Amino acid sequence: MTADWPILSAVIWLPILGGALVLASGDKAPNVSRWLALIFAVLTFLVSLPLYSGFDPTTAQMQFVEKAPWIPLFDVYYYLGIDGISMPLILLTTFISILVIIAGWEVIQYKPSQYMAAFLMMEGVMVGVFAALDAMLFYVFWEAMLIPMFIIIGVWGGPNRVYATIKFFLYTFLGSVFMLVALIYMYFHSGSMEILAFHDLKLNLTEQILIFVAFLLAFAVKVPMWPVHTWLPDAHVEAPTGGSVILAAIMLKIGGYGFLRFSLPITPDASSELDWMIIGMSLIAVVYIGFVALVQQDMKKLIAYSSIAHMGFVTLGFFIAFIIMARNDVDSGAILGLQGGMVQMVSHGFISAAMFLCVGVLYDRLHSRQIDDYGGVVNVMPWFAAFMVFFAMANAGLPGTSGFVGEFMVILASFRADFWFAFLAATTLIVGAAYTLWMVKRVVYGEVGSDKVAALEDINKREAFVLTSLAVAVLVLGIWPAPLIEVMDVSIENLVRHIAITKL
Amino acid sequence: MEAILLTIVLAPLAGALIAGLLRNQVGKVGAHSVTILGVGISCVLSLYVLYLHAFQGAPVYNESVYIWMVSDGLRMEIGFLVDRLTAMMMAVVTFVSLMVHIYTIGYMAHEDGYERFFSYIALFTFSMLMLVMANNFLQLFFGWEAVGLVSYLLIGFYFKRETAIFANMKAFLVNRVGDFGFILGIAAVAMYFGTLDYAEAFAAAPQFADATITIWGDTEWSLMTVVCILLFIGAMGKSAQVPLHVWLPDSMEGPTPISALIHAATMVTAGIFMVARMSPLYELSETALTFVLVIGATTAFFMGLIGIVQNDIKRVVAYSTLSQLGYMIAALGASAYAAGLFHLMTHAFFKALLFLAAGSVIIGMHHDQDIRNMGGIRKYMPITHWTALLGSLALIGFPGFSGFFSKDAIIEAVHHSQIAGATYAHVLLVAGVFVTALYSFRMYFLVFHGDGPRHFEPHHEAHDEHGGAEAQEHHHVEDEPTPHESPWVVTLPLILLAIPSVVIGFLTVGPMVFGDYFDGVLFVAAEHNTLGAIEYHGVLGFMLHGVMALPFWLAIGGLATAWYVYTQKPEIARNLARRLDWAHFVLDRKYGFDEFNQAVFAGGSKLLGKFLWLVGDRAVIDGLAVNGSAHSVGKLAAIMRFVQTGMLYHYAMAIIVGLLVLLGWFVLRG
Amino acid sequence: MIALSDYLIVAAILFSLSVAGIFLNRKNVILLLMCIELMLLAVNINFIAFSHFLGDTAGQVFVFFILTVAAAEAAIGLAILVVLFRSRQTINVADLDTLKG
Repeated sequence: MTADWPILSAVIWLPILGGALVLASGDKAPNVSRWLALIFAVLTFLVSLPLYSGFDPTTAQMQFVEKAPWIPLFDVYYYLGIDGISMPLILLTTFISILVIIAGWEVIQYKPSQYMAAFLMMEGVMVGVFAALDAMLFYVFWEAMLIPMFIIIGVWGGPNRVYATIKFFLYTFLGSVFMLVALIYMYFHSGSMEILAFHDLKLNLTEQILIFVAFLLAFAVKVPMWPVHTWLPDAHVEAPTGGSVILAAIMLKIGGYGFLRFSLPITPDASSELDWMIIGMSLIAVVYIGFVALVQQDMKKLIAYSSIAHMGFVTLGFFIAFIIMARNDVDSGAILGLQGGMVQMVSHGFISAAMFLCVGVLYDRLHSRQIDDYGGVVNVMPWFAAFMVFFAMANAGLPGTSGFVGEFMVILASFRADFWFAFLAATTLIVGAAYTLWMVKRVVYGEVGSDKVAALEDINKREAFVLTSLAVAVLVLGIWPAPLIEVMDVSIENLVRHIAITKL
Repeated sequence: MEAILLTIVLAPLAGALIAGLLRNQVGKVGAHSVTILGVGISCVLSLYVLYLHAFQGAPVYNESVYIWMVSDGLRMEIGFLVDRLTAMMMAVVTFVSLMVHIYTIGYMAHEDGYERFFSYIALFTFSMLMLVMANNFLQLFFGWEAVGLVSYLLIGFYFKRETAIFANMKAFLVNRVGDFGFILGIAAVAMYFGTLDYAEAFAAAPQFADATITIWGDTEWSLMTVVCILLFIGAMGKSAQVPLHVWLPDSMEGPTPISALIHAATMVTAGIFMVARMSPLYELSETALTFVLVIGATTAFFMGLIGIVQNDIKRVVAYSTLSQLGYMIAALGASAYAAGLFHLMTHAFFKALLFLAAGSVIIGMHHDQDIRNMGGIRKYMPITHWTALLGSLALIGFPGFSGFFSKDAIIEAVHHSQIAGATYAHVLLVAGVFVTALYSFRMYFLVFHGDGPRHFEPHHEAHDEHGGAEAQEHHHVEDEPTPHESPWVVTLPLILLAIPSVVIGFLTVGPMVFGDYFDGVLFVAAEHNTLGAIEYHGVLGFMLHGVMALPFWLAIGGLATAWYVYTQKPEIARNLARRLDWAHFVLDRKYGFDEFNQAVFAGGSKLLGKFLWLVGDRAVIDGLAVNGSAHSVGKLAAIMRFVQTGMLYHYAMAIIVGLLVLLGWFVLRG
Repeated sequence: MIALSDYLIVAAILFSLSVAGIFLNRKNVILLLMCIELMLLAVNINFIAFSHFLGDTAGQVFVFFILTVAAAEAAIGLAILVVLFRSRQTINVADLDTLKG
């Protein structure tokens, strides 16, 4: 049956192989490389579908496991497998990658084959991050992911791209080096590089705190959490549309995924000890960043800041679990928070991708991201305006769209931890709507702002296809989130059981 | 039954989707046919459901349609709860909505975005139906926000106009402030009752009647008070209660049919409906009831006062809506849920009627909305005039008309209420009757009486800057010397709405307010049973009693004052305005809520955002931490470079010195 | 009888001379090279002296290696010097400061 085939390897290596082929096809015939890239992206998506259909949601065990020796000297294995936490993120990756390829179709005229190849390779590597069960393998994929992104921003980026790429690279690299130290430390303790072995590793509180902080540096930068978030707006502003989409939709999720796969299960006591810090950082992200987003003049910056605020919900949902479990008068809610965080990650993957694509549509036409350069876009681009308003509402967390589900669950859960957590988190209802709708008001509505705006053309079929697919995803997840919850339910439950047991 | 209910909900949605997404394919006629068909089906079926519940004694329907999700043992479902309360709301919503749909054919005939408009109002109906038919808090919140969304789209319908797109954002944000409280209330319900289902939550609530929680410091709060007030904050947003009322007058930026829909049947009634639905919770907290009562009474009186000084015909009606919503909320606070709902129903009919009549006048006046320019319209628009007169009489509570029964029941109930704040509320509500009559008939006399329009643009392109808010959107039609009656699609809904405005109160006050219609649906604690304290001996007795009571004479007084001041001696009004210019100023500025919000909340947020961004992000994190560390590395390097002289002998010396130091250390260490 | 210390003193003097040559000479690169050779020779003397007095021939074998390497080094050094002179027209040490920070 399909379960015996190395599907995960296929999902990882197919796009990388495709990337190599696209790269080899060169820029002589750009359409050939575009089609080739699209074929590989679609193929990868199709290959990844059995991960969902063949997934057994009744067990928390790793599935689709592949294990082969890689560096026997250090007990490093090529060890892959997924559970309910990583599977949705892998599908998100393969889905978004197709859209990114289509979104960059005619837009990228400069070295298109290399552009497409970079995205394909990045897709494979990101899937690798989600699927790796060996710490070394994870680390290799984790770092490898930076390279294509570095190139994408550095080559196809905006005028200030060099500053942005270096900031992006140094920030993320700084964090990950500490993670490597922690991984090696645990290897010396356990004699194994398997992540699952780390989960059962006994560590005392000091060790746990040090390891936790090392992981925190890596993951907090990726998420990004306040106060290590400032690379994100710069990177987004300079990145080409496709780069922003991947960055927001998937790369940020890797940070959140890291918390679930490493920080919580490996260092439960330290997480519980330091939960106040993470919760504080998350709430600051939600409130502080919301206000910062309000005053942005650059659309991409605004959306980047809104991403930070939304990711604040993810980390909030993950870490209130400890406070809820510590309270005697509340008997459930930890799972709700963790699942809310997960749903928020998936949903933010769709919505932020859509928002960046919307800005990309405008940028491709007018080559400006400044809000003031627009106004009255609805008069000339009615269909586009409809999409933009829809996604803006999803970004503001309107029920019926996916943006609501995660926020709702996290608010419900954080109320169980503390009234004021929920209070601060719920301010996003107001502030989030304020910055999103104010942007919509200034960009979409009003009289036609300038002659340039008057000359805009509505979205073409290619853009309509991309935005429609995302709109459908956002709606389906908003109207019926049960399937997503079901696949992760057992895994999250198992995680909560695991973190409830102290390692001391 | 499930098929019927699903059809009721989905037919308007289907209409909205077809009219919205296929607008280029179906065209104008297709758009209005398909949406009217959808809403029409929904209306007929709703009336059938109402018939089943009211006359056939159908059992309460409470089933889920599908499971939205189950997380951590918390079931979240989409489902319907249909009892007599829901059935009444469904009938009112779909009937008024259907009237508005038909009316819109005439009103919007020459507008751009005709299909879009029909799509939105059908979607509005769908959202409101989802809200009233919900059997759980999740779906309630869905409908709650969905009506917010559609109102956002509709108020901003004229998206080119700066005031419209400001008003729609304001409406959405103010509603979001309410939703903020509401979602916290839902979170509290989910946490303590362990469910989002109404029936289960209501069953669990009495166990928590004496529970307390600590929110700040060591102060113990009654759990039910916190839950109810949080939920009520949501109702304050949707039902436009002070201080979250500011969005409602601005919503006049939308086309008139929308005002009728928002103000009469949908959206603003959501808060009233919600509190009535939650009566088993509210009855457990007297503090929350007092809060509700005081807010409602305050809104009822003070918003009515503003209505007296408004000159835009739609705004006068808008402030009257605010004031009437205040009455309904006050009724809820006095535990007279049935009276509040009854007023909701009668108000839905006569307020829709008044708005549509106002719209008809606006059409006749070629989109001039300033009542100072109108006058004598009764000669030119007889149907509009008569229906508007009936609506106004219903509004002021003239005996026999529907508003009389509902308003009198509310005032009596508040009079019998024993909770704190009841006296304050009673005084304001009674005084409000005079104010209501005054502003209603001020408008009526200014618009319909007199010799003729004081100012009339024969052209349709009457670009009157201060009056014609919708003028710019209209296309040129041939000139006419005087206003003339509107087409039948406009007057037919007026007539159809006028009938219930007059008779519905007379027919239903017995069973709905004093009878057993709401038995088993609304829950009233014995000590709060204010309606039961009213002596009711049949409709005629109630009327007789009403005629002898103070509110009736206040209404007549208001009517007479309006007649005297605005038809006989107009200079009195001018003199008064001059004499009491401070009061006029305060009212004209609407007590300064808008200026305050704009300066403090909007301006404050922007300043805070700028500060956090420039100081927090730019200066501290990026400046000091990120680029700061980069700079210190650079500075250090700049110092270190002086060591690097490029002279070989310096390097050699450094090597030797280093060697000596190392050797010395080695030797001395032994 | 010449004691081991005498050899060592000679070697130390030679070494010190060459060190002094390296930092005091600011003119000529050839002189630098010669000083380095001199250092190596001083080290060689030590090797031979220890070899002789300790009766271990390994030291003398080592000296041959060092001499060979020194010769190769001198050859390469001179070749670099020639190339350097061609491009810079100088072998003045003070002028060769491209590494200055």
